Amino acid sequence: MEALLAIAIGTLTACGVFLLLRARTFAVVLGLTLLSYAVNLFLFASGRLVTGAPPLIRDGAFYTDPLPQALVLTAIVIGFGMTAYLVMLALRALAESGDDHVDAGGGK
Amino acid sequence: MTDSSLLFLALAAAFAGVPLPLAAARLGRAAAAWACAGTMALCLALLAPLLPPAFAGETVVARLAWLPAHGLDLALRLDGLGMLFALLILGIGLLVVLYAHYYLPVADRLGRFFSLLTLFMAAMLGIALSENLLLLVVFWEITGLASFLLIAYKRELHDSRIAARMALAVTGAGGLALLAGVLLLGHIAGSFELSAVLASGEKIRGHGLYLPMLLLVLAGAFTKSAQFPFHFWLPNAMAAPTPVSAYLHSATMVKAGVFLLARLHPALSGSDAWFYIVGGVGATTLVYSAWVALFRHDLKGLLAYSTTSHLGLITLLFGLDTPLSVVAGVFHIINHAIFKASLFMAAGIVDHECGTRDMRKVNGLFRIMPITATLAIVAAGAMAGVPLANGFLSKEMFFAETIGHPAFDEVGWLLPLFATLAGVLAVAYSARFIHDVFFNGAPIDLPRQPHEPPRWLRAPIEVLVVACLLVGIFPEWSVAPLLRAAAGAVLQGPLPEFRLALWHGFNMPFVMSLAALAGGVLVYALRQPLFALYERLPSLHARIAFERFYERLVAFARAAVGRADNGSLQRYAMLFVAFALALGGWAWHSAAPGEGERVVMLPADAAGLWALAALVLAAVGATVLHRRRITAIVLMSVVGLIVALTFERFSAPDLALTQLAVEVVTIVLLLLALHYLPQESPPEPGRVRLARDALLAAAAGGGFGAAAWALLTSPLETVSAYYLEQSVPGGGGTNVVNVILVDFRGFDTLGEITVLAMVGLAAHALLDRLALTAPAADAEGRAWSGERHPLFLQMLMRPLLPLALAVSAFLFLRGHNLPGGGFVAGLVTGVALILQYLAAGIDFARPRLPRRTPALLALGLAAAAGTGAASWLFDRPFLTSAHGHLGLPLIGEVEIASALLFDLGVYIVVVTAVLMVLSGLGRLSRRDAEAA
Repeated sequence: MEALLAIAIGTLTACGVFLLLRARTFAVVLGLTLLSYAVNLFLFASGRLVTGAPPLIRDGAFYTDPLPQALVLTAIVIGFGMTAYLVMLALRALAESGDDHVDAGGGK
Repeated sequence: MTDSSLLFLALAAAFAGVPLPLAAARLGRAAAAWACAGTMALCLALLAPLLPPAFAGETVVARLAWLPAHGLDLALRLDGLGMLFALLILGIGLLVVLYAHYYLPVADRLGRFFSLLTLFMAAMLGIALSENLLLLVVFWEITGLASFLLIAYKRELHDSRIAARMALAVTGAGGLALLAGVLLLGHIAGSFELSAVLASGEKIRGHGLYLPMLLLVLAGAFTKSAQFPFHFWLPNAMAAPTPVSAYLHSATMVKAGVFLLARLHPALSGSDAWFYIVGGVGATTLVYSAWVALFRHDLKGLLAYSTTSHLGLITLLFGLDTPLSVVAGVFHIINHAIFKASLFMAAGIVDHECGTRDMRKVNGLFRIMPITATLAIVAAGAMAGVPLANGFLSKEMFFAETIGHPAFDEVGWLLPLFATLAGVLAVAYSARFIHDVFFNGAPIDLPRQPHEPPRWLRAPIEVLVVACLLVGIFPEWSVAPLLRAAAGAVLQGPLPEFRLALWHGFNMPFVMSLAALAGGVLVYALRQPLFALYERLPSLHARIAFERFYERLVAFARAAVGRADNGSLQRYAMLFVAFALALGGWAWHSAAPGEGERVVMLPADAAGLWALAALVLAAVGATVLHRRRITAIVLMSVVGLIVALTFERFSAPDLALTQLAVEVVTIVLLLLALHYLPQESPPEPGRVRLARDALLAAAAGGGFGAAAWALLTSPLETVSAYYLEQSVPGGGGTNVVNVILVDFRGFDTLGEITVLAMVGLAAHALLDRLALTAPAADAEGRAWSGERHPLFLQMLMRPLLPLALAVSAFLFLRGHNLPGGGFVAGLVTGVALILQYLAAGIDFARPRLPRRTPALLALGLAAAAGTGAASWLFDRPFLTSAHGHLGLPLIGEVEIASALLFDLGVYIVVVTAVLMVLSGLGRLSRRDAEAA
C-alpha cells in the first residue's frame, strides 16, 4: 500500500510540475492544485499509513498520529485560499492585458 | 565620572535638533538659522563641564549596552582629540550658520538646508565622540549621506547632482572598506572599544591580518580626506553652496579621514607599511594637488586643490610617525580648519558680489572691498605659511621634522628638498589667490557691480582671521593647551618636548621657509610660461575615468539583471523547479545511507490498486487534456475525490470531510473563472520545450515519489503521544485533530485564518470594478443558454439551504469530539450559500446575505483572537483554553470549551472568505450582463 501511495504522490507531482510550466494561467492553476494534492498526501504520509484507527479518543484504543492530520487540514484550506487568489489574479491579468498568457505584459 | 551622561545628552540634543529648522522655517528663514545655531550652542553648553578634565588629559567614557552580542555598544568618549574636533565642529559650525543665513539667496526657505546641516553636525560630533569603532562607522556613513544631500543643495542643477553622486560613491565605497577594516581590527584586537584597541598596538601590528586591515581602514580615511588617487571628488564637490564648502570641505568632513589616522595612530602606526603607505600617499597628494591648484582659474577650485594638498600634508605628518610630527599634524588640523574656512567664506563673498569666481575676470577688488580683501590676504598668508599667521608655525614644525628623519639617513637632503618644493607651490598658489583677485588691474566683464558685503556676512571671517593671528603671534598663550591635550590623546603616551613660538632663531626650518617664500613668489612671477606648459601637459582626468567606470558598472549591472530577470514567469518556474531538483538530488546523494530496514505495514489490496489506477488516469488525463478546460476540471474533481477517499481509508475522517468540501468549492471556483477565461488553450509552440518540461516533471515526480517511499517505509518517530494523552484532560475534546487545531496549536490556526481573511480581502481588491466580457458561445461555437437560472435548480436549492445549514451546525458542534469543526462547517455553509447564488442568481441572493463582508471577517478574527486574549484576564498565556460540559438534545453531550468560541471565529472567517471570493466572481457576470 505504501508503494501505491508513493506512486500516486509521484504521479501527482509530475503532472503538477508539467502543468506549472505551461504558458496559460489556467494550466498553472491546475498544476498548482495537483501539486498541493501531492504535498498534502506527502505530509499526511509522514504519519504513516494506518487503517481503522482515527485519532478520536476511545477506551484503550490504538490511534494513528494526529499531528500530520492537523497540519494537512489547515494546508487543505490554505491551498484553497491560494487557488482562489491565483484564479482572481489570473482574471485580473486577463482584464489588464487582454491575454491569459502568464508572461503577458511582462515578457521581454 | 557622574558627568559622563552629558556626552549622551549632547549627542542626543544634536540629533534631536535635526527636524527643528524644518519646523522653524515656517516662522521665517531667521528662525531656521536660530534653530540650527541653538542646537549647536546647546551641544556646546552640554559638553562644557567635560572640557576641564579633557584639557587635563583625562578620558571620559560613557556606555549604554545596545547590541552587546555583536560588540556594538552605545559607547562615547571625550578626550583631547575628541574635544578638539567637537570644538571645531561646533565653533566653526556656529560661524557657518551665521554666514549661510546672509549668504544664501533670500528666496530660499532654508529649513531643509539647516536641517541637513544639523544632521551633518550631529553625525560629525558622533565620529569625534565615538568610543566604539562600529558606532564610529555608523556616524561616518551618516556624514556621507548628509554631505551628499548638502552638495546637491541646488538640486535643479545637473552638475550639483553629478558632483553629489560622485562624492557619495567615492566616500561611500571608502565607508564600506572602513567597515570591513574595522571588523578586521575588532577581530584582531578582540574588542571594538577604542580603549582596548588603542592599548593593543603590539598585538595588532604582529597579526597576520594587519596589512589587509590597514589597507581597508586607510581606504576609508583616504577617500574621506580626498587623498590621491581619490582626491577628484572634492574639487567637484565645489558645486555645493559656499557655506557647505566652508564647513564640510575645509573644517570638518574632509578632516574625518585625518581624524581617523590620528585616532587609530597608537594602534596602527609604527610599521613600515604605515610609513610608506600613509607617508607616500600624503606626500604625493601634497605636491600634486599644490601643483594643480596653481592652475585653477576657479577661485573655489584653487581652494579645493589647496585643501587636498594641506590634507596631504597632515597625512604625511602622521605618516612620518615621529612624536613631534604627530604633534605638527594635529596642529595643522587646527590651523588649516581656521584659515581655510575663512578663505572659503571670502571666496563666497567674492562670488556673491561679482557673480563669478573666475580669476581671469575677477581682478583688482582691493579698491572695491578693502576690508574683505585685507581679511582674505591675511588668511591666504596663513595658507602660504607667512610669519605672524598660524600656518607658519605648523609649517615650520613640518620642515623641522623633515630634517634628519631616521628613514632617510642616506639621502637626508631629499625630504627637506621635497618639503621646500611643496612650500614653494603653496606660496605660489596663495600669491595667485591674493594678486589675481585683489590686484592685477581692474575687473573684466563682471556680471555684477561688487561692493563691500553686508556687515554680518563678513563677521565670521573676522572672527576666524583674528583667531589665525592670535594663534600665529601668541601660540603658547592661545592654542597650546588645546594642542597638548589633543596631541596627548593621539599619542596615548608622554608628549615630546616642544615649544610653540614665533621665533626659534635663525635655523634650518627658517631658511627653508624663506626659500619657499622666495621660490613661490618667483614661480608666480613666471606663471605665464608655466600656464602654457601646463596646457600642453597630459592631464590626469580622474573624474572622467571615474565617470566612465561608473557608467560601465551601471551598464554591467543592468545587463546582468536583464539576463537573470527577463520577465518570463515560465522561465522562473522552470529555473525554480530545476534548482529544487538539484538541491534535492544533492541532499539525496550526500545523505548518510539509511538503516536499510524498510517497513511495509500494509499489503496492497484490490481497492487500493483500483484507486491508484483511477487517480493516475485522471491526473495524467487532466495533464494531457489540459487545453480542453472543462474536461480537465472534471478530471481534476476525480483526483480530488480519490484523495479524499485516501484520507478516509487511512484513519483521517476529518481530512476526508475537509477535502470533500474544498473540492466542491474549488470546482465551483474554477467553473466560474472559466466562464471568462478562454475555453481552450492555443497549442504551445516548441517541441523541445515540451520535451524539456516533461523531463523535468518526470524527474520531479520520480524524486518526490522516491522521497515519499523512503518516508513511508522508515520507522515512525512522533511527538504525538503528548497530544493523544492530553487531548481529553487538557483540551476537553476527544477529536485530537480538532483539539490540536483550536487548542494546542491555536496560534498557528489563528495565523491561517488570517491568511484566509486576506484572500477574502484580495477578492475585494482584485475583483472590484473589474470588467470582463465572457465569450458569447462555448468552444464549439454553441451559444450559451438564455435561461440563466433553471427553475428546476432553483426549486431544488431552496429547501436544501436549511438542511445544509443544519448539517453545518451539526458538524461544527460535534467537531471537538467527532470529525467536524469550524473549517468543515464553514466550507459546508459556504457551499450551501453559493449554491443559492448559482441557482437563483445574484439578484435573489444578494439582498438576503450580509453585505458588509469585510466587517464579518474582522468579527471572525476578533472572536478567535479575543478568545485567546481572554485568557490573559485569568493570568494565563495567550490562547489557554477552559472547558465544561453541556448536554444538548440529539447531539448528545457537548464539551463547551472556550476553544468552541475560537472555532466559531474560524467558522465565520471561512464562510466569509469563501463567500467573498465566489460571489466576487459571480458579480462579474452581472456586470457583464449590465454592460451588454
